[in-house]
Amino acid sequence: MPSFSVAPGNKQKRILEVVAPQTTARMPLSSAERSVVSRSADEIASSKKKVITRNLNFFYGNNQALHDVSLDMPEHCVTALIGPSGCGKSTFLRCLNRMNDMIEGTSVQGDILLDGTDIYRRGTDVVELRKRVGMVFQKSNPFPKSIYENVAYGPRVAGIRSRTVLDEIVEKCLRQAALWKEVENRLKDSALQLSGGQQQRLCIARALATNPDVLLMDEPASALDPKSTAAVEDLIFELKDRYTIVIVTHNMQQAARVSDQTAFFYEGHLVEVGATNELFTLPKEKQTEDYITGRFG
Amino acid sequence: MSLVAEKPSRPFAKFASRAFSVLCYLCMSLSISALIVLLWQVVQYGWEWLSWDFLTNFSSRFPQKAGIKAALVGSLYLVGMTALLSVPIGVGTAIYLEEYAPKSRWRTIVQLNIANLAGVPSIVYGILGLGLFVQAMHFGRGILAGAATLTLVILPIIILTSQEALRAVPSTIREASYALGATRWQTVWLQLLPAALPSMLTGIILALSRALGEAAPLVAIGAATYVRFTPEGIFDKFTALPLQIFHWTGDAKEDFHHIAAAGIIILLAVLITMNAIAVVLRSRLNKKIRW
Repeated sequence: MPSFSVAPGNKQKRILEVVAPQTTARMPLSSAERSVVSRSADEIASSKKKVITRNLNFFYGNNQALHDVSLDMPEHCVTALIGPSGCGKSTFLRCLNRMNDMIEGTSVQGDILLDGTDIYRRGTDVVELRKRVGMVFQKSNPFPKSIYENVAYGPRVAGIRSRTVLDEIVEKCLRQAALWKEVENRLKDSALQLSGGQQQRLCIARALATNPDVLLMDEPASALDPKSTAAVEDLIFELKDRYTIVIVTHNMQQAARVSDQTAFFYEGHLVEVGATNELFTLPKEKQTEDYITGRFG
Repeated sequence: MSLVAEKPSRPFAKFASRAFSVLCYLCMSLSISALIVLLWQVVQYGWEWLSWDFLTNFSSRFPQKAGIKAALVGSLYLVGMTALLSVPIGVGTAIYLEEYAPKSRWRTIVQLNIANLAGVPSIVYGILGLGLFVQAMHFGRGILAGAATLTLVILPIIILTSQEALRAVPSTIREASYALGATRWQTVWLQLLPAALPSMLTGIILALSRALGEAAPLVAIGAATYVRFTPEGIFDKFTALPLQIFHWTGDAKEDFHHIAAAGIIILLAVLITMNAIAVVLRSRLNKKIRW
Protein backbone atom coordinates (compact mmCIF):
# COMPACT_ATOMS: atom_id res chain seq x y z
CA MET A 1 0.00 0.00 0.00
CA PRO A 2 1.45 3.35 -1.02
CA SER A 3 0.95 5.02 2.34
CA PHE A 4 3.39 2.60 3.94
CA SER A 5 6.24 3.23 1.56
CA VAL A 6 7.68 5.81 3.95
CA ALA A 7 10.08 4.37 6.53
CA PRO A 8 7.92 3.10 9.40
CA GLY A 9 9.91 4.88 12.08
CA ASN A 10 9.35 8.35 10.62
CA LYS A 11 5.71 7.72 9.87
CA GLN A 12 5.06 6.50 13.37
CA LYS A 13 6.59 9.59 14.84
CA ARG A 14 4.68 11.82 12.48
CA ILE A 15 1.26 10.36 13.22
CA LEU A 16 1.94 10.27 16.93
CA GLU A 17 2.88 13.93 16.88
CA VAL A 18 -0.18 14.92 14.89
CA VAL A 19 -2.47 13.06 17.20
CA ALA A 20 -0.75 13.56 20.56
CA PRO A 21 1.58 16.53 20.39
CA GLN A 22 4.23 16.88 23.09
CA THR A 23 3.04 19.22 25.75
CA THR A 24 4.99 20.61 28.65
CA ALA A 25 4.45 18.60 31.76
CA ARG A 26 1.63 20.39 33.56
CA MET A 27 0.51 17.45 35.62
CA PRO A 28 2.07 14.29 36.96
CA LEU A 29 2.26 12.64 33.58
CA SER A 30 2.47 14.51 30.30
CA SER A 31 0.44 13.22 27.43
CA ALA A 32 3.46 11.70 25.78
CA GLU A 33 4.49 9.87 28.91
CA ARG A 34 0.98 8.70 29.53
CA SER A 35 0.67 7.18 26.11
CA VAL A 36 3.70 5.13 26.99
CA VAL A 37 2.27 4.11 30.34
CA SER A 38 -1.04 3.02 28.81
CA ARG A 39 -1.37 -0.69 28.55
CA SER A 40 0.34 -2.59 25.78
CA ALA A 41 -1.38 -4.87 23.34
CA ASP A 42 -0.14 -7.95 25.20
CA GLU A 43 -1.50 -6.71 28.48
CA ILE A 44 -4.84 -6.01 26.87
CA ALA A 45 -4.97 -9.40 25.23
CA SER A 46 -4.29 -11.17 28.48
CA SER A 47 -6.71 -9.14 30.64
CA LYS A 48 -10.01 -10.58 31.64
CA LYS A 49 -12.77 -9.20 29.41
CA LYS A 50 -15.28 -7.29 31.44
CA VAL A 51 -17.81 -6.43 28.76
CA ILE A 52 -18.10 -8.34 25.52
CA THR A 53 -20.39 -7.60 22.61
CA ARG A 54 -20.92 -10.20 19.92
CA ASN A 55 -22.59 -9.46 16.60
CA LEU A 56 -24.54 -6.57 18.03
CA ASN A 57 -27.14 -5.10 15.70
CA PHE A 58 -29.21 -2.16 16.84
CA PHE A 59 -32.28 -0.64 15.18
CA TYR A 60 -34.11 2.62 15.68
CA GLY A 61 -37.40 1.39 14.30
CA ASN A 62 -36.48 0.29 10.77
CA ASN A 63 -33.25 2.21 10.69
CA GLN A 64 -30.20 0.10 11.48
CA ALA A 65 -27.73 2.06 13.58
CA LEU A 66 -25.21 -0.66 14.47
CA HIS A 67 -24.08 -3.46 12.17
CA ASP A 68 -22.59 -6.61 13.63
CA VAL A 69 -20.41 -4.98 16.26
CA SER A 70 -18.18 -7.37 18.20
CA LEU A 71 -15.98 -5.62 20.71
CA ASP A 72 -14.26 -6.75 23.91
CA MET A 73 -13.68 -4.26 26.67
CA PRO A 74 -11.03 -5.55 29.07
CA GLU A 75 -11.10 -5.02 32.81
CA HIS A 76 -9.29 -2.05 34.31
CA CYS A 77 -8.68 -0.58 30.90
CA VAL A 78 -9.92 2.56 29.24
CA THR A 79 -11.52 1.78 25.89
CA ALA A 80 -12.06 4.82 23.69
CA LEU A 81 -14.69 4.82 20.94
CA ILE A 82 -13.84 7.25 18.19
CA GLY A 83 -15.43 8.07 14.87
CA PRO A 84 -17.19 10.87 13.01
CA SER A 85 -20.56 12.24 14.10
CA GLY A 86 -23.45 9.88 13.68
CA CYS A 87 -21.39 6.72 13.43
CA GLY A 88 -23.12 5.00 16.33
CA LYS A 89 -20.62 5.40 19.17
CA SER A 90 -23.13 6.88 21.60
CA THR A 91 -25.78 4.39 20.55
CA PHE A 92 -23.34 1.59 21.27
CA LEU A 93 -22.47 3.07 24.63
CA ARG A 94 -26.07 3.38 25.63
CA CYS A 95 -26.67 -0.26 24.79
CA LEU A 96 -24.21 -1.30 27.42
CA ASN A 97 -26.42 -0.13 30.27
CA ARG A 98 -29.67 -0.56 28.40
CA MET A 99 -30.47 3.14 28.41
CA ASN A 100 -31.76 2.71 24.87
CA ASP A 101 -34.67 0.78 26.33
CA MET A 102 -36.15 4.12 27.27
CA ILE A 103 -36.49 5.12 23.61
CA GLU A 104 -39.59 3.84 21.87
CA GLY A 105 -39.28 1.52 18.93
CA THR A 106 -35.70 0.36 19.41
CA SER A 107 -34.64 -3.25 19.05
CA VAL A 108 -31.46 -5.14 19.71
CA GLN A 109 -30.01 -8.29 18.18
CA GLY A 110 -26.88 -10.04 19.32
CA ASP A 111 -25.29 -10.47 22.72
CA ILE A 112 -23.85 -8.13 25.25
CA LEU A 113 -22.13 -9.96 28.09
CA LEU A 114 -21.19 -8.40 31.38
CA ASP A 115 -18.88 -10.77 33.25
CA GLY A 116 -20.17 -13.53 31.04
CA THR A 117 -23.90 -12.92 31.58
CA ASP A 118 -26.10 -11.64 28.77
CA ILE A 119 -27.66 -8.37 29.89
CA TYR A 120 -30.50 -8.63 27.38
CA ARG A 121 -31.57 -12.02 28.64
CA ARG A 122 -35.20 -12.12 29.69
CA GLY A 123 -35.57 -11.53 33.39
CA THR A 124 -32.50 -9.33 33.76
CA ASP A 125 -32.94 -6.77 36.49
CA VAL A 126 -32.24 -3.58 34.60
CA VAL A 127 -32.15 -1.53 37.78
CA GLU A 128 -29.34 -3.72 39.15
CA LEU A 129 -27.53 -3.55 35.82
CA ARG A 130 -27.51 0.21 35.90
CA LYS A 131 -26.03 0.16 39.38
CA ARG A 132 -23.15 -1.94 38.11
CA VAL A 133 -22.70 -0.01 34.88
CA GLY A 134 -22.68 3.72 35.60
CA MET A 135 -22.95 6.50 33.07
CA VAL A 136 -21.71 10.07 32.77
CA PHE A 137 -23.43 12.17 30.14
CA GLN A 138 -22.08 14.69 27.69
CA LYS A 139 -23.76 17.69 29.21
CA SER A 140 -23.45 17.59 32.97
CA ASN A 141 -26.87 17.09 34.50
CA PRO A 142 -26.74 17.40 38.26
CA PHE A 143 -30.05 17.19 40.07
CA PRO A 144 -31.48 20.50 41.32
CA LYS A 145 -30.54 19.54 44.85
CA SER A 146 -27.56 19.99 47.15
CA ILE A 147 -24.13 18.57 46.33
CA TYR A 148 -24.53 16.01 49.10
CA GLU A 149 -27.94 14.90 47.87
CA ASN A 150 -26.65 14.51 44.33
CA VAL A 151 -23.93 12.10 45.29
CA ALA A 152 -26.07 10.33 47.89
CA TYR A 153 -28.92 9.70 45.42
CA GLY A 154 -27.50 6.48 43.98
CA PRO A 155 -26.96 4.78 47.35
CA ARG A 156 -30.28 6.10 48.61
CA VAL A 157 -32.30 4.54 45.85
CA ALA A 158 -30.34 1.34 46.40
CA GLY A 159 -31.74 1.28 49.91
CA ILE A 160 -29.00 2.70 52.10
CA ARG A 161 -30.55 4.76 54.86
CA SER A 162 -27.86 5.15 57.48
CA ARG A 163 -26.60 8.69 57.64
CA THR A 164 -23.05 7.70 58.59
CA VAL A 165 -22.76 5.27 55.71
CA LEU A 166 -24.04 7.88 53.28
CA ASP A 167 -21.61 10.46 54.64
CA GLU A 168 -18.75 8.04 54.10
CA ILE A 169 -19.81 7.23 50.56
CA VAL A 170 -20.24 10.90 49.66
CA GLU A 171 -16.79 11.79 50.94
CA LYS A 172 -15.14 8.81 49.29
CA CYS A 173 -16.68 9.51 45.90
CA LEU A 174 -16.01 13.22 46.00
CA ARG A 175 -12.38 12.46 46.84
CA GLN A 176 -12.16 9.98 43.98
CA ALA A 177 -13.58 12.60 41.67
CA ALA A 178 -11.00 15.14 42.87
CA LEU A 179 -13.77 17.47 44.01
CA TRP A 180 -13.72 17.02 47.78
CA LYS A 181 -11.24 19.79 48.58
CA GLU A 182 -13.33 22.29 46.67
CA VAL A 183 -16.68 21.47 48.21
CA GLU A 184 -16.11 19.89 51.60
CA ASN A 185 -17.33 23.01 53.39
CA ARG A 186 -20.40 23.55 51.30
CA LEU A 187 -21.99 20.19 50.76
CA LYS A 188 -25.42 21.66 51.42
CA ASP A 189 -25.11 24.23 48.67
CA SER A 190 -26.96 23.79 45.43
CA ALA A 191 -25.13 21.69 42.88
CA LEU A 192 -26.08 24.16 40.17
CA GLN A 193 -23.87 26.83 41.69
CA LEU A 194 -20.76 24.89 40.70
CA SER A 195 -18.82 25.69 37.55
CA GLY A 196 -19.16 23.51 34.45
CA GLY A 197 -16.05 21.49 35.17
CA GLN A 198 -17.01 21.00 38.79
CA GLN A 199 -20.51 19.92 37.80
CA GLN A 200 -19.12 17.29 35.49
CA ARG A 201 -16.82 16.00 38.21
CA LEU A 202 -19.85 15.95 40.50
CA CYS A 203 -21.65 13.81 37.95
CA ILE A 204 -18.67 11.47 37.90
CA ALA A 205 -18.71 11.29 41.71
CA ARG A 206 -22.43 10.61 41.55
CA ALA A 207 -21.90 7.75 39.12
CA LEU A 208 -19.19 6.30 41.34
CA ALA A 209 -21.42 6.32 44.39
CA THR A 210 -23.26 3.17 43.35
CA ASN A 211 -19.91 1.37 43.30
CA PRO A 212 -20.16 0.31 39.67
CA ASP A 213 -17.83 -2.09 37.92
CA VAL A 214 -17.98 -0.27 34.62
CA LEU A 215 -18.10 3.46 33.94
CA LEU A 216 -19.51 4.67 30.63
CA MET A 217 -18.63 8.20 29.62
CA ASP A 218 -20.26 9.92 26.69
CA GLU A 219 -17.93 12.74 25.61
CA PRO A 220 -17.49 13.84 29.22
CA ALA A 221 -15.22 16.78 28.51
CA SER A 222 -16.74 18.09 25.29
CA ALA A 223 -18.55 20.95 27.00
CA LEU A 224 -15.61 21.93 29.20
CA ASP A 225 -12.76 24.42 29.01
CA PRO A 226 -9.21 23.05 28.59
CA LYS A 227 -8.31 23.22 32.28
CA SER A 228 -11.38 21.28 33.33
CA THR A 229 -10.84 18.87 30.47
CA ALA A 230 -7.34 18.17 31.78
CA ALA A 231 -8.73 17.59 35.26
CA VAL A 232 -11.31 15.12 33.94
CA GLU A 233 -8.69 13.29 31.89
CA ASP A 234 -6.42 12.97 34.91
CA LEU A 235 -9.38 11.61 36.78
CA ILE A 236 -10.04 8.96 34.16
CA PHE A 237 -6.43 7.93 34.28
CA GLU A 238 -6.57 7.47 38.03
CA LEU A 239 -9.91 5.70 38.03
CA LYS A 240 -8.97 2.97 35.62
CA ASP A 241 -7.16 1.01 38.30
CA ARG A 242 -10.45 0.43 40.03
CA TYR A 243 -13.03 0.56 37.24
CA THR A 244 -13.41 -0.45 33.64
CA ILE A 245 -14.01 2.66 31.58
CA VAL A 246 -15.51 3.08 28.15
CA ILE A 247 -15.33 6.60 26.81
CA VAL A 248 -16.80 8.07 23.66
CA THR A 249 -14.89 10.98 22.33
CA HIS A 250 -14.83 13.22 19.31
CA ASN A 251 -11.41 14.40 20.15
CA MET A 252 -8.74 12.06 18.87
CA GLN A 253 -5.99 13.65 20.86
CA GLN A 254 -8.02 12.95 23.95
CA ALA A 255 -8.44 9.33 22.93
CA ALA A 256 -4.71 9.03 22.44
CA ARG A 257 -3.96 10.67 25.77
CA VAL A 258 -6.36 8.75 27.90
CA SER A 259 -7.13 5.31 26.54
CA ASP A 260 -5.50 1.90 26.47
CA GLN A 261 -7.59 0.50 23.65
CA THR A 262 -9.31 2.40 20.88
CA ALA A 263 -12.16 1.32 18.65
CA PHE A 264 -12.92 3.20 15.45
CA PHE A 265 -16.54 3.28 14.35
CA TYR A 266 -17.81 4.39 10.98
CA GLU A 267 -21.46 4.47 9.93
CA GLY A 268 -22.49 1.86 12.46
CA HIS A 269 -19.66 -0.55 11.68
CA LEU A 270 -16.72 -1.28 13.90
CA VAL A 271 -13.88 -0.69 11.48
CA GLU A 272 -10.89 -1.41 13.67
CA VAL A 273 -9.98 -1.93 17.29
CA GLY A 274 -6.56 -2.15 18.83
CA ALA A 275 -4.19 -0.95 21.50
CA THR A 276 -4.06 2.83 21.38
CA ASN A 277 -0.33 3.05 20.77
CA GLU A 278 -0.62 0.72 17.82
CA LEU A 279 -3.84 2.07 16.36
CA PHE A 280 -2.59 5.62 16.21
CA THR A 281 0.81 4.77 14.80
CA LEU A 282 0.15 1.78 12.59
CA PRO A 283 -3.53 1.50 11.82
CA LYS A 284 -4.43 -1.61 9.90
CA GLU A 285 -7.33 -0.18 7.92
CA LYS A 286 -7.00 2.65 5.45
CA GLN A 287 -10.22 4.20 6.70
CA THR A 288 -8.81 4.40 10.19
CA GLU A 289 -5.67 6.04 8.95
CA ASP A 290 -7.67 8.53 6.90
CA TYR A 291 -9.75 9.44 9.90
CA ILE A 292 -6.95 9.92 12.37
CA THR A 293 -4.87 11.94 9.98
CA GLY A 294 -7.83 14.19 9.45
CA ARG A 295 -8.61 13.39 5.83
CA PHE A 296 -12.26 13.21 6.76
CA GLY A 297 -14.44 13.44 9.81
CA MET B 1 -25.70 67.86 9.53
CA SER B 2 -25.78 64.88 7.30
CA LEU B 3 -26.96 62.61 10.10
CA VAL B 4 -30.27 64.34 10.40
CA ALA B 5 -32.46 63.50 7.45
CA GLU B 6 -34.29 66.30 5.76
CA LYS B 7 -37.31 64.16 5.27
CA PRO B 8 -38.13 61.16 7.54
CA SER B 9 -37.64 57.89 5.70
CA ARG B 10 -40.47 55.35 5.81
CA PRO B 11 -42.84 57.66 7.68
CA PHE B 12 -45.66 55.20 7.69
CA ALA B 13 -43.65 52.45 9.39
CA LYS B 14 -42.70 54.76 12.23
CA PHE B 15 -46.24 55.97 12.61
CA ALA B 16 -47.63 52.44 12.58
CA SER B 17 -45.16 51.37 15.24
CA ARG B 18 -46.07 54.26 17.50
CA ALA B 19 -49.79 53.77 16.89
CA PHE B 20 -49.54 50.08 17.74
CA SER B 21 -47.86 50.64 21.07
CA VAL B 22 -50.44 53.32 21.94
CA LEU B 23 -53.20 50.88 21.03
CA CYS B 24 -51.75 48.18 23.26
CA TYR B 25 -51.46 50.64 26.09
CA LEU B 26 -55.11 51.64 25.68
CA CYS B 27 -56.22 48.01 25.77
CA MET B 28 -54.28 47.41 28.94
CA SER B 29 -55.70 50.53 30.54
CA LEU B 30 -59.18 49.48 29.55
CA SER B 31 -58.97 46.08 31.17
CA ILE B 32 -57.35 47.39 34.31
CA SER B 33 -59.82 50.24 34.63
CA ALA B 34 -62.72 47.87 34.14
CA LEU B 35 -61.37 45.79 37.01
CA ILE B 36 -60.77 48.81 39.19
CA VAL B 37 -64.22 50.26 38.50
CA LEU B 38 -65.80 46.92 39.34
CA LEU B 39 -63.92 46.58 42.57
CA TRP B 40 -64.52 50.16 43.53
CA GLN B 41 -68.25 49.86 42.99
CA VAL B 42 -68.48 46.71 45.05
CA VAL B 43 -66.38 48.02 47.87
CA GLN B 44 -68.25 51.27 47.97
CA TYR B 45 -71.58 49.53 47.96
CA GLY B 46 -70.86 47.05 50.69
CA TRP B 47 -68.09 48.48 52.84
CA GLU B 48 -70.29 49.99 55.51
CA TRP B 49 -72.16 46.77 56.01
CA LEU B 50 -69.00 44.84 56.84
CA SER B 51 -68.66 44.20 60.52
CA TRP B 52 -67.64 41.51 62.92
CA ASP B 53 -71.33 40.70 63.39
CA PHE B 54 -71.59 40.23 59.68
CA LEU B 55 -68.98 37.53 59.84
CA THR B 56 -70.39 35.74 62.82
CA ASN B 57 -74.13 35.99 62.25
CA PHE B 58 -76.24 33.62 60.33
CA SER B 59 -78.53 34.71 57.58
CA SER B 60 -81.73 36.41 58.62
CA ARG B 61 -84.84 38.01 57.23
CA PHE B 62 -83.57 41.32 58.48
CA PRO B 63 -80.64 42.73 56.56
CA GLN B 64 -79.23 44.40 59.65
CA LYS B 65 -78.93 41.08 61.38
CA ALA B 66 -77.91 39.02 58.37
CA GLY B 67 -74.49 37.48 58.44
CA ILE B 68 -72.30 35.30 56.29
CA LYS B 69 -71.11 32.76 58.79
CA ALA B 70 -72.95 29.77 57.36
CA ALA B 71 -71.81 30.55 53.83
CA LEU B 72 -68.21 31.23 54.79
CA VAL B 73 -67.83 28.09 56.82
CA GLY B 74 -69.66 26.10 54.18
CA SER B 75 -67.36 27.39 51.43
CA LEU B 76 -64.25 26.67 53.42
CA TYR B 77 -65.36 23.14 54.19
CA LEU B 78 -66.34 22.69 50.58
CA VAL B 79 -62.97 23.84 49.25
CA GLY B 80 -61.15 21.70 51.78
CA MET B 81 -63.03 18.56 50.87
CA THR B 82 -62.73 19.29 47.16
CA ALA B 83 -58.99 19.61 47.58
CA LEU B 84 -58.79 16.29 49.43
CA LEU B 85 -60.70 14.55 46.65
CA SER B 86 -59.35 16.25 43.54
CA VAL B 87 -55.63 16.62 44.27
CA PRO B 88 -54.70 12.94 44.70
CA ILE B 89 -56.85 11.82 41.79
CA GLY B 90 -55.72 14.68 39.53
CA VAL B 91 -52.01 14.48 40.28
CA GLY B 92 -52.08 10.69 40.15
CA THR B 93 -53.71 10.78 36.73
CA ALA B 94 -51.15 13.29 35.49
CA ILE B 95 -48.27 11.12 36.72
CA TYR B 96 -49.72 8.05 35.06
CA LEU B 97 -50.32 9.79 31.73
CA GLU B 98 -46.91 11.43 31.64
CA GLU B 99 -44.63 8.77 33.06
CA TYR B 100 -46.27 5.37 32.84
CA ALA B 101 -48.71 5.20 29.98
CA PRO B 102 -47.16 4.03 26.72
CA LYS B 103 -47.65 6.28 23.71
CA SER B 104 -50.65 4.64 22.13
CA ARG B 105 -53.79 5.75 20.39
CA TRP B 106 -55.72 5.07 23.57
CA ARG B 107 -53.57 7.55 25.45
CA THR B 108 -54.12 10.22 22.81
CA ILE B 109 -57.87 9.72 23.04
CA VAL B 110 -57.83 10.04 26.82
CA GLN B 111 -55.68 13.15 26.57
CA LEU B 112 -58.04 14.73 24.08
CA ASN B 113 -61.06 13.94 26.20
CA ILE B 114 -59.57 15.49 29.28
CA ALA B 115 -58.79 18.66 27.38
CA ASN B 116 -62.38 18.77 26.16
CA LEU B 117 -63.78 18.17 29.61
CA ALA B 118 -61.90 21.21 30.87
CA GLY B 119 -64.10 23.36 28.67
CA VAL B 120 -67.47 21.85 29.56
CA PRO B 121 -69.75 24.34 31.35
CA SER B 122 -69.92 23.66 35.04
CA ILE B 123 -73.73 23.38 35.07
CA VAL B 124 -73.33 20.13 33.15
CA TYR B 125 -71.22 18.78 35.97
CA GLY B 126 -73.93 19.98 38.33
CA ILE B 127 -76.54 17.91 36.58
CA LEU B 128 -74.17 14.92 36.54
CA GLY B 129 -73.58 15.41 40.24
CA LEU B 130 -77.30 15.50 40.88
CA GLY B 131 -77.88 12.22 39.13
CA LEU B 132 -74.79 10.41 40.32
CA PHE B 133 -73.94 11.62 43.80
CA VAL B 134 -77.20 12.97 45.15
CA GLN B 135 -79.50 10.28 43.86
CA ALA B 136 -77.67 7.18 42.66
CA MET B 137 -75.11 7.11 45.44
CA HIS B 138 -77.50 8.52 48.01
CA PHE B 139 -75.23 11.25 49.29
CA GLY B 140 -78.25 13.48 49.60
CA ARG B 141 -77.84 17.22 49.24
CA GLY B 142 -74.97 17.27 51.62
CA ILE B 143 -71.53 18.75 51.56
CA LEU B 144 -69.94 15.55 50.26
CA ALA B 145 -72.11 15.68 47.16
CA GLY B 146 -71.12 19.32 46.66
CA ALA B 147 -67.43 18.54 47.05
CA ALA B 148 -67.64 15.57 44.71
CA THR B 149 -69.38 17.64 42.05
CA LEU B 150 -66.84 20.44 42.32
CA THR B 151 -64.09 17.81 42.09
CA LEU B 152 -65.49 16.80 38.73
CA VAL B 153 -65.47 20.43 37.65
CA ILE B 154 -61.83 21.13 38.48
CA LEU B 155 -60.31 17.69 37.85
CA PRO B 156 -59.51 18.29 34.15
CA ILE B 157 -57.78 21.56 35.02
CA ILE B 158 -55.67 19.94 37.69
CA ILE B 159 -54.72 17.08 35.40
CA LEU B 160 -53.71 19.42 32.59
CA THR B 161 -51.65 21.80 34.72
CA SER B 162 -49.96 18.94 36.58
CA GLN B 163 -49.06 17.32 33.28
CA GLU B 164 -47.55 20.58 32.08
CA ALA B 165 -45.57 20.87 35.28
CA LEU B 166 -44.19 17.34 34.88
CA ARG B 167 -43.36 17.92 31.25
CA ALA B 168 -41.41 21.03 32.17
CA VAL B 169 -38.94 19.01 34.22
CA PRO B 170 -35.95 18.48 31.89
CA SER B 171 -35.61 14.95 30.56
CA THR B 172 -31.94 14.99 31.52
CA ILE B 173 -33.05 14.65 35.14
CA ARG B 174 -34.99 11.51 34.27
CA GLU B 175 -32.05 10.07 32.35
CA ALA B 176 -29.61 10.75 35.15
CA SER B 177 -31.95 9.17 37.67
CA TYR B 178 -32.50 6.01 35.64
CA ALA B 179 -28.80 5.72 34.85
CA LEU B 180 -28.12 5.58 38.60
CA GLY B 181 -30.34 2.54 38.99
CA ALA B 182 -33.55 4.16 40.24
CA THR B 183 -36.90 2.58 39.49
CA ARG B 184 -39.58 4.56 37.72
CA TRP B 185 -41.47 5.20 40.94
CA GLN B 186 -38.33 6.37 42.73
CA THR B 187 -37.61 8.77 39.89
CA VAL B 188 -41.14 10.18 40.04
CA TRP B 189 -41.29 10.47 43.81
CA LEU B 190 -37.74 11.64 44.53
CA GLN B 191 -36.94 13.78 41.50
CA LEU B 192 -39.89 14.69 39.30
CA LEU B 193 -42.56 15.53 41.84
CA PRO B 194 -40.32 17.76 43.96
CA ALA B 195 -39.12 19.56 40.86
CA ALA B 196 -42.62 19.99 39.46
CA LEU B 197 -44.24 20.88 42.77
CA PRO B 198 -44.17 24.71 42.55
CA SER B 199 -45.93 24.80 39.19
CA MET B 200 -48.33 22.07 40.23
CA LEU B 201 -49.23 23.92 43.38
CA THR B 202 -49.98 27.10 41.48
CA GLY B 203 -52.25 25.16 39.15
CA ILE B 204 -54.00 23.42 42.04
CA ILE B 205 -54.66 26.61 43.95
CA LEU B 206 -55.96 28.35 40.86
CA ALA B 207 -58.29 25.42 40.28
CA LEU B 208 -59.49 25.55 43.88
CA SER B 209 -60.07 29.29 43.55
CA ARG B 210 -62.34 28.50 40.66
CA ALA B 211 -64.16 25.90 42.72
CA LEU B 212 -64.69 28.49 45.42
CA GLY B 213 -66.50 30.78 43.04
CA GLU B 214 -68.72 28.22 41.33
CA ALA B 215 -72.44 28.68 41.92
CA ALA B 216 -74.08 26.80 39.06
CA PRO B 217 -73.17 23.24 39.97
CA LEU B 218 -74.17 23.83 43.57
CA VAL B 219 -77.52 25.20 42.46
CA ALA B 220 -78.01 22.13 40.29
CA ILE B 221 -77.42 19.69 43.12
CA GLY B 222 -79.82 21.67 45.19
CA ALA B 223 -77.66 23.19 47.88
CA ALA B 224 -79.66 25.27 50.28
CA THR B 225 -79.67 29.03 50.17
CA TYR B 226 -81.19 29.86 53.52
CA VAL B 227 -79.19 28.04 56.10
CA ARG B 228 -78.90 28.96 59.72
CA PHE B 229 -76.32 26.43 60.86
CA THR B 230 -72.83 25.31 59.99
CA PRO B 231 -72.38 21.83 58.62
CA GLU B 232 -71.07 19.23 61.05
CA GLY B 233 -70.89 15.99 59.14
CA ILE B 234 -70.18 15.21 55.52
CA PHE B 235 -73.79 14.58 54.67
CA ASP B 236 -75.09 17.76 56.24
CA LYS B 237 -76.82 20.41 54.23
CA PHE B 238 -74.74 23.44 53.51
CA THR B 239 -74.51 26.71 51.64
CA ALA B 240 -71.65 28.49 49.98
CA LEU B 241 -70.56 32.08 49.45
CA PRO B 242 -71.55 32.39 45.78
CA LEU B 243 -74.96 30.91 46.54
CA GLN B 244 -75.59 33.22 49.44
CA ILE B 245 -74.54 36.26 47.43
CA PHE B 246 -76.78 35.16 44.59
CA HIS B 247 -79.69 34.70 46.93
CA TRP B 248 -79.27 38.12 48.52
CA THR B 249 -78.90 39.85 45.19
CA GLY B 250 -82.25 38.47 44.16
CA ASP B 251 -84.05 39.81 47.21
CA ALA B 252 -86.48 42.70 46.90
CA LYS B 253 -85.12 44.75 49.76
CA GLU B 254 -82.29 46.99 48.64
CA ASP B 255 -80.42 46.58 51.89
CA PHE B 256 -79.86 42.99 50.96
CA HIS B 257 -78.03 44.16 47.86
CA HIS B 258 -75.63 45.99 50.12
CA ILE B 259 -75.21 42.84 52.15
CA ALA B 260 -74.52 40.96 48.95
CA ALA B 261 -71.79 43.44 48.08
CA ALA B 262 -70.28 42.89 51.52
CA GLY B 263 -70.40 39.17 50.83
CA ILE B 264 -68.56 39.73 47.57
CA ILE B 265 -65.84 41.57 49.45
CA ILE B 266 -65.45 38.61 51.76
CA LEU B 267 -65.32 36.23 48.82
CA LEU B 268 -62.63 38.32 47.15
CA ALA B 269 -60.68 38.43 50.38
CA VAL B 270 -60.72 34.64 50.59
CA LEU B 271 -59.60 34.35 46.97
CA ILE B 272 -56.76 36.82 47.47
CA THR B 273 -55.66 34.96 50.57
CA MET B 274 -55.58 31.67 48.67
CA ASN B 275 -53.53 33.18 45.90
CA ALA B 276 -51.18 34.80 48.38
CA ILE B 277 -50.64 31.41 50.00
CA ALA B 278 -49.89 30.02 46.54
CA VAL B 279 -47.29 32.72 45.92
CA VAL B 280 -45.60 32.21 49.29
CA LEU B 281 -45.60 28.42 49.03
CA ARG B 282 -44.27 28.60 45.52
CA SER B 283 -41.37 30.86 46.35
CA ARG B 284 -40.47 28.73 49.35
CA LEU B 285 -40.52 25.54 47.32
CA ASN B 286 -38.54 27.17 44.55
CA LYS B 287 -35.85 28.03 47.06
CA LYS B 288 -35.74 24.40 48.16
CA ILE B 289 -35.38 23.21 44.61
CA ARG B 290 -32.44 25.52 43.96
CA TRP B 291 -32.89 25.91 40.24
